[in-house]
Amino acid sequence: MTVTKYWQAINQALHEEMARDDSVIVIGEDVAAPGGPFAATKGLLESFGPDRVRDTPISEAAIVGAALGAAMAGYRPVVEVMFLDFVTVAMDQVVNQAAKVSYMSAGNFSAPMVIRSICASGRRTGPQHAQNLEAWLAHVPGLKVVWGSTPADAKALLKAAIRDDGPVYVIESLAEWSTRAEVAEGEEIVPIGSAAVRHEGEDLTVVTWGGAAPRVATAVDLVHDVSVEVIDLRTISPWDRETVLGSVRKTGRLLVVHDAVVEFGVGAEIAATVATECFDQLRAPVRRLGAPYAPAPFAPQLEEAYLPHPEAITREITRTVQTVRNAS
Amino acid sequence: MSSAVDGADTGALTTDPTTDLHEAGPELVQLLTPEGERVDHARFTFGAGLSAEEEAERIRGFYRDMALVRRLDVEATALQRHGELGLWAQLLGQEAAQIGAGRALRPQDFVFPTYREHGVAWCRGVDPVELLGLFRGVDQGAWDPKANNFGLYTIVIGAQTLHAVGYAMGVQRDGHVGTGDPERDTAVVAHFGDGASSQGDVNEAFVFAASYNAPVVFFCQNNQWAISEPIERQTRIPLYQRAKGFGFPGVRVDGNDVLATHAVMEAALQRARDGQGPTFVEAYTYRMGAHTTTDDPTRYRLSDELEQWKLKDPIERVKAYLTRNGLVDQAFLAEVDEEAEALGRRLREGCHALPDPHVLDVFDQVYAEQTEELAEQKAGYAAYLDTFEPEAAR
Repeated sequence: MTVTKYWQAINQALHEEMARDDSVIVIGEDVAAPGGPFAATKGLLESFGPDRVRDTPISEAAIVGAALGAAMAGYRPVVEVMFLDFVTVAMDQVVNQAAKVSYMSAGNFSAPMVIRSICASGRRTGPQHAQNLEAWLAHVPGLKVVWGSTPADAKALLKAAIRDDGPVYVIESLAEWSTRAEVAEGEEIVPIGSAAVRHEGEDLTVVTWGGAAPRVATAVDLVHDVSVEVIDLRTISPWDRETVLGSVRKTGRLLVVHDAVVEFGVGAEIAATVATECFDQLRAPVRRLGAPYAPAPFAPQLEEAYLPHPEAITREITRTVQTVRNAS
Repeated sequence: MSSAVDGADTGALTTDPTTDLHEAGPELVQLLTPEGERVDHARFTFGAGLSAEEEAERIRGFYRDMALVRRLDVEATALQRHGELGLWAQLLGQEAAQIGAGRALRPQDFVFPTYREHGVAWCRGVDPVELLGLFRGVDQGAWDPKANNFGLYTIVIGAQTLHAVGYAMGVQRDGHVGTGDPERDTAVVAHFGDGASSQGDVNEAFVFAASYNAPVVFFCQNNQWAISEPIERQTRIPLYQRAKGFGFPGVRVDGNDVLATHAVMEAALQRARDGQGPTFVEAYTYRMGAHTTTDDPTRYRLSDELEQWKLKDPIERVKAYLTRNGLVDQAFLAEVDEEAEALGRRLREGCHALPDPHVLDVFDQVYAEQTEELAEQKAGYAAYLDTFEPEAAR
């Protein structure tokens, strides 16, 4: 184990997978000569050459579409769509094409491809660069969506995504870009679909992922009178029902915390599933905490208020635990 | 040459040896050389119908505009470096392209900018402090597009070209094209760059504009670099030649020559106002600065290139022309310098004075009319804030 920054962990995963498998290629805007706008692809051009590390014209739809074609031809392309917000320009290729290839070819074609995007939420990048769009992607059958909140998970999930035989969307947190933590050198894969229990507890289950996960960790450190179990989902779709349902059956309470707007979000999917599957064990209403139903603002003080703050999370934890059923 | 595989004659399929991407060539419209010499062009003239004094006055005006927007750019860059702005997209080197295009507009024309058109905003009368509000992050771009017919900065590359075509189709539908009334006939400008030329949106905008003969001018500032990607990554032919494939004229103008850019844009805008349809104008220029203040161009391009382009500086050539021909005196140049200093001070003070938004503003203007749900969320958040010490929360 070595102490590694979040972005370096991503960079390591790309180096290791490209060295392991000749069919892995990297394409995107600014990925080759400059090593990526945020250095995630640094050194790949030097190590693997311009055939396998390609700068492209500025067209997200064309990048994803061409990568899909390359995947059909037997490559394992890793596409960089610079910011998660920009996938909107390529939605036809992601939703109607890549995610449908296997289904519509009766399994004759597959699309072993990865699309990586930074979520710049929390970095004052505003309405068109700071959106948490994981619910859009998770709503598409055929597409897997992962999001590592730690350097180790960012690396291990990217490796798993590259080895997956279908399209996987990998979201990365710009707010964690320089966070350092221990990361395994070489082989460590986090299976897609497995959550991590970050903190064990008895009174309440908090499910979180991505950019909200570090703030949940801070919040839990501030709570002393409630025993909180924290689950970092890591894979948004398909999500780890077993771990989440098992935890809620034990604690009887659930709070979902994410940075996306609450409305129509992934939290609703988890809440609904828990309400159905854990009805007899629930001791309080399931709660969700996320951003208000408004675009992400530029201003620091607004974005600070916009995203679930540790203080807001601790209050929601207390509120959930203090809810008492009326004995009517 | 024949294919060894199946005997097909591939020699029949050759690429037309077309103009080099970087050779200016005879197609480049230039009216003022980098050395400051006026030259003639067969199709475009600057200053037709103006008296010698009127012409000199206009060129002095261009010099003043360019000097001031350069100062605006330098000041905003400095404000970003001092932490007063979150970001700044520099226009350094593109002053002639923007002032030439901006000063060819009539009040009723409408402009759809990228995020770098500070010089065009200047020509439209948008207060530059309002531009700073966006880059300071105290708002999301708060100038009123209808006040100066200058649209909002568009961050997703190329999206605005489709908006421009739609707006132009509306102008057409309103009957503000081809009436012969100089105060009524309207043109629309879609600004974009060489990088955006690869976007689907831009190509679809070309198709729509041609199909509907929309009164739009596609003004592409080919500044050679899309962040780190050189023009060769975007195209194999000079960009202006693409227009032919879509069915409208394309012209390449020296974007560092304010006289040529103005002359070409005047013609293209008039063509649109007259109802003759779209034109593609490629302003051949150079991004002398970084893509934005987050970018470091020394990572991907050679300093030699920048040095070469410094010799083609858009402001220096106008200054040389005016000075050599006795059209300005030292007093005028000193006056512009003082004006630039005053602008710099005004920007610094204006930037510092921009009010911070209130936290509860985040709930506003999400919809044209606030929904009940959002009003409840806003009230709930206000109540949450009220549980803190007033100073700490607000």
